[in-house]
Amino acid sequence: MGIDSLKRSLWVFHVNSGSCNGCDIEIIAALTPRYDAERFGIKLVGTPRHADVLLITGPVTKQMKEEVLRVYAQTPDPKVVMVIGNCGSTGGVFYESYNIDGPVDKLFPVDVYVTGCPPRPEAIIEGVVKAWKKLESLEAGK
Amino acid sequence: MNLLTGAIASLLLVPIFVVVGIFLGLLFRGIDRKLGARMQARVGPPVRQPFIDLRKLLMKENMVPRHAIGWVFNSAPVIALVSALLLLLYLPLFGFAPLLEGYGDLILIMYLLMVPAIALAIGGFSSGSTYASVGAQRELVLMMSYEFALAVVTVTIAFIVSLANPLLNAFSLATLAALPVWELAGPIGAIGLVLLLLALMLVMPAELGRIPGDIAEAKTEIADGVLVEYSGRNLALFNLAQDVRTIAFAALVVAFFFPYNIAPHFITLEGSAGMIANAAFFLIKLFIVVFAGSIFVHVAVARFRVDQAAKTYWGPVLGIALVGMALAIFGAMMVI
Repeated sequence: MGIDSLKRSLWVFHVNSGSCNGCDIEIIAALTPRYDAERFGIKLVGTPRHADVLLITGPVTKQMKEEVLRVYAQTPDPKVVMVIGNCGSTGGVFYESYNIDGPVDKLFPVDVYVTGCPPRPEAIIEGVVKAWKKLESLEAGK
Repeated sequence: MNLLTGAIASLLLVPIFVVVGIFLGLLFRGIDRKLGARMQARVGPPVRQPFIDLRKLLMKENMVPRHAIGWVFNSAPVIALVSALLLLLYLPLFGFAPLLEGYGDLILIMYLLMVPAIALAIGGFSSGSTYASVGAQRELVLMMSYEFALAVVTVTIAFIVSLANPLLNAFSLATLAALPVWELAGPIGAIGLVLLLLALMLVMPAELGRIPGDIAEAKTEIADGVLVEYSGRNLALFNLAQDVRTIAFAALVVAFFFPYNIAPHFITLEGSAGMIANAAFFLIKLFIVVFAGSIFVHVAVARFRVDQAAKTYWGPVLGIALVGMALAIFGAMMVI
């Protein structure tokens, strides 16, 4: 019981850890009626307490590190972490910069990386499909 | 002895009411989301989506924030759901008389309708988050705004029934079901009743916390407001309470204004076939009320600001209700 219903009802919370807003616009684009993510039960929620998936954009600046860690702690288990964009995945153009504490996988484990600067909405939806596969393998492992 | 067996039979029926109430609530929420999506030219989630969401939320971790008052925080969702389900026991459903007929009347129903909203506000205040306090205050402001118009409608209905039949208990739901108000009010009163129905339908979105009356949860302003700290099981219970309350409020509108049964007056069906026809007819009435008062409205309009909500419900909506009351009572007196 459980994991398969999680798969069909992923509620996403969007965290901006110092992104340039490019990836954020693409996330919003992926949730518009054109792509209609609600078909699959995907819903944008306003608080990490309701979330199943954290969509993290940005390279995690020094200012945002504590907040991102706190949002991660506030999300109830089981949860999936998706990093959207090059900055969060590797640091991107801010690689080894003095004012970032990222990329995101330095802080906590990341399940899905969606690269691109910014990634297209199709790539973000493909990332969600990969998160499904991850959940399926979790289910098979049990 | 007869009374005792009757009471035991009622007790056995309670679990059935609980299951049916929850099932109907989730089903209507699913239809709501599907139709809303279709009206926005989207495909939308499957109708069983609320069932999937419920299963998922029950599986998730149930977190209690450090600054929350634990026992209040955890008991508020239970109180909300129980009072919403309790409402169903006092309302005529599927063409049958209310299960607890004689144990409670319209006044009790009015209070029970308030309890889930109050539980939501108390849960918000106890969760120790600024957003939740703001949301809880908004919920209370909204409640103070629409409650008077709701009371005007209720009292007028009961008054018309008692004018026509002074000997009957006008606050009993069975009396209201047996005596449709349209037949008591006369032609002028009917205009008043239409206005009262309009006022009740305008109160509906605020009562149920749907757009435009969802200022307490306003996702894009105050991050889900009262529900901001709720997760897992507690969130599932609050969502269920909202869904069941939708059914209860729509059933109340049906009981006030459309208490007609299809069998045996309109089609000749006896016994169990007639009962099934009545139940189906009741579901259709319920759906029309929910569609007109909630589904269509929340697709068509945007959210109120707090001051707009208060002004709307104290101004135009209350005005409609008061004019409706005057006309309906005048019409009913003319008939006598």
